[in-house]
Amino acid sequence: MKHLISLDDIGRDELVGLLDTADRMAEVLSRPQPKVPALRAKTVASLFFEDSTRTRLSFETAAKRLSADVMTFSAASSSVNKGESLRDTVETISAMGVDVFVVRHKTAGLPHAITTWTDAHVVNAGDGAHQHPTQGLLDAFTLSRAMGRGNDLTGVRVAMVGDIRHSRVARSTIRSLTLLGAQVTLVAPASLLPPSLIDAARGRVDPAWPVEVSHDLDSVIGDIDVLYLLRMQRERMDSAFISSPNEYSAHFGLTASRLGWMRPGAFLMHPGPMNHGVEFAVSAAELAAQGVTNLITTQVTNGIAVRMSVLFSLFSIDSPEAAHD
Amino acid sequence: MTEDPRPFLITGGTAVNRSGDIVADVLVDDGRVVRVEPGLDVALPAESSGGPRRIDASGCLVSSSFVDLHTHMREPGKEEAETIATASQAAALGGYGAVVAMPNTDPAQDNVAVVEFVRLQGARSGLVDVSPSACITVGRNGTQLAPFHSLAAAGVRLYTDDGNGVQDPLVMRRALEAARELDITLAQHCEVSRLTDGAVMHEGCCSSRLGLPGWPAIAEVLMLQRDIELVRETGAKMHFLHLSTARSVEIVRQAKNDGLPITAEVTPHHISLTDERLATFSAIYKVNPPLRTMEDIEALRAGLLDGTIDAIATDHAPHAPHTKDQDLAAAPPGMLGLQTALGVALGHSGCSARRVVELMSWAPARIAGLEADHGGDIVAGTNANIVVFDPSMSWYQTAESIVSKSVNTPYLDTPLTGKVRHVSYRGRLTVENGELA
Repeated sequence: MKHLISLDDIGRDELVGLLDTADRMAEVLSRPQPKVPALRAKTVASLFFEDSTRTRLSFETAAKRLSADVMTFSAASSSVNKGESLRDTVETISAMGVDVFVVRHKTAGLPHAITTWTDAHVVNAGDGAHQHPTQGLLDAFTLSRAMGRGNDLTGVRVAMVGDIRHSRVARSTIRSLTLLGAQVTLVAPASLLPPSLIDAARGRVDPAWPVEVSHDLDSVIGDIDVLYLLRMQRERMDSAFISSPNEYSAHFGLTASRLGWMRPGAFLMHPGPMNHGVEFAVSAAELAAQGVTNLITTQVTNGIAVRMSVLFSLFSIDSPEAAHD
Repeated sequence: MTEDPRPFLITGGTAVNRSGDIVADVLVDDGRVVRVEPGLDVALPAESSGGPRRIDASGCLVSSSFVDLHTHMREPGKEEAETIATASQAAALGGYGAVVAMPNTDPAQDNVAVVEFVRLQGARSGLVDVSPSACITVGRNGTQLAPFHSLAAAGVRLYTDDGNGVQDPLVMRRALEAARELDITLAQHCEVSRLTDGAVMHEGCCSSRLGLPGWPAIAEVLMLQRDIELVRETGAKMHFLHLSTARSVEIVRQAKNDGLPITAEVTPHHISLTDERLATFSAIYKVNPPLRTMEDIEALRAGLLDGTIDAIATDHAPHAPHTKDQDLAAAPPGMLGLQTALGVALGHSGCSARRVVELMSWAPARIAGLEADHGGDIVAGTNANIVVFDPSMSWYQTAESIVSKSVNTPYLDTPLTGKVRHVSYRGRLTVENGELA
């Protein structure tokens, strides 16, 4: 694997390979000394044009556990770039000797563009509303392992709820879960669906999206194995997407009464950061009482192993114990 | 302006005139077409015996040179991207004898001084007539009307805030009232900006999959509808720039049936490229309005065929490479067009060569108010603004052949049909055998 830009670029076998490698990385992380020499003398540069401490820390931790050297570049994407193009920036850093760029940008497509500007490997750490492939991988990893189903999620029913339209997590996680056989239903008001899915609930489907679509969480929530909540940004009411956070919460949030309709044994997932009181308005005790397993912290933990798997898989190395020189 | 002192004879071609095609040789002398007759090549003394220079047009069509209604020359203000001199070269190579310079310069063409500067720079370049358009509002800010009376007195016929649509219906209504009074034409960039905030491509399946903010067709349609009603009320002449949606074609067709004094153009790229190109995430394909769907392309082609659309105009929009080497949100919209327009028009419009001449020369000359010098028939006595082109030659544009200061063309990998061979500008050969003379 030269780059990881979009999960649309990989098939089921490659996905399973990455998840199986993540199992091996999780084993490494469980050791007293959780570190292997696989990427010794490799340089991983995290190129974050958009703030994201969590994802950056997760990638940098993963790189360090593989013994790579880590460079950090962060610049708010809104900053005026004094006549320099993004291509100039990438070429300059590349000239310092970089093997892998881990890229986050507010605009879809920039990581792909960077693959044409450098010989280094490029891993997309989130680009606009396009893709966040390592999130999709860690979600598939977390769910399949929590359910004890190996790499097979056939028949597992997932409801993904919230702002699908603006969500790169949705585009990646829908791909990874459906590749493993899960049935995904998107639940959102029409305004927060991608434009090509606005009429999907009335039967006008876009074949690029292998999902069901619903506008009614109450009719879906009792039949699912997994409730995947997306972050609802409070600013969305500024562009008339919703009336108010309260309106959203009342119809699409996980409230105590809605939790009461969930099946015991179901799972709860969220990519973070959580918006308490908007999409998520229940307590840990209420979840436990309903028998719903909260996977949110597990998702974060698994992020390290999955990102180690991705970085490792960029290079052709047999075993993480072997150094690649 | 220097003129070729020596007469020349265009031999073996077919002249495209309104009355029909005629196989004839065309003698040009002292800036004018002197004779258009078959057999002149034999009747006149050979070149070696002091006769007129021979310009070979075998297999070619000979027509009035093209007129571009929509050229961003970038001067003054963005000379790093293009100058009036380099855009004039690109225009000549594309078969043009005149271009309308878009007014979104810096400073903007919203006053007589800047308009005169642009005209002067065009004359200095001496390859095409550079006809400046002017803004509808001062600084294209959408609020204060440009000085129409002064600009009209200075000879400006076409007014536009291109790049921006005039959002305020009050301003547009007043502008059209002034246009009616002065017999000038307003050209609208139809885009309700509230519906396109942050947009980088057509809103549809492709944008949904790619997670890119979409520019919905309705943003064009709403302003087009509004302005057609304002034209109906005021009776002013209005031209619609770079129409891109299927629904726009239907609306214009109906309005023309109603007898309204409107005209419309499409660009070569909107009839040849779809939004799927954005799957490459290359900023080369970012353009405003955006590339749309095959359904839209088919409707635009039908509009070209049935006369709903009057003209093919390039929206030639050079941008320096470093400005395109950005993320899609930061990169400016626009692509080159002058050198490839004919090749796209003949290869992708579905129109006959005769119809393409009408779309690229006769009609735009009339819309731009340049019919005294451009868009005429090839007959004795007319200004010798002539293009000779091979309508069936297949070719690819190469990076080396680009004479613009910028290289943002989308056509390096697209086969083109129809190539400009020679161009006469006011009786002087500016292009010979596909190269600047």
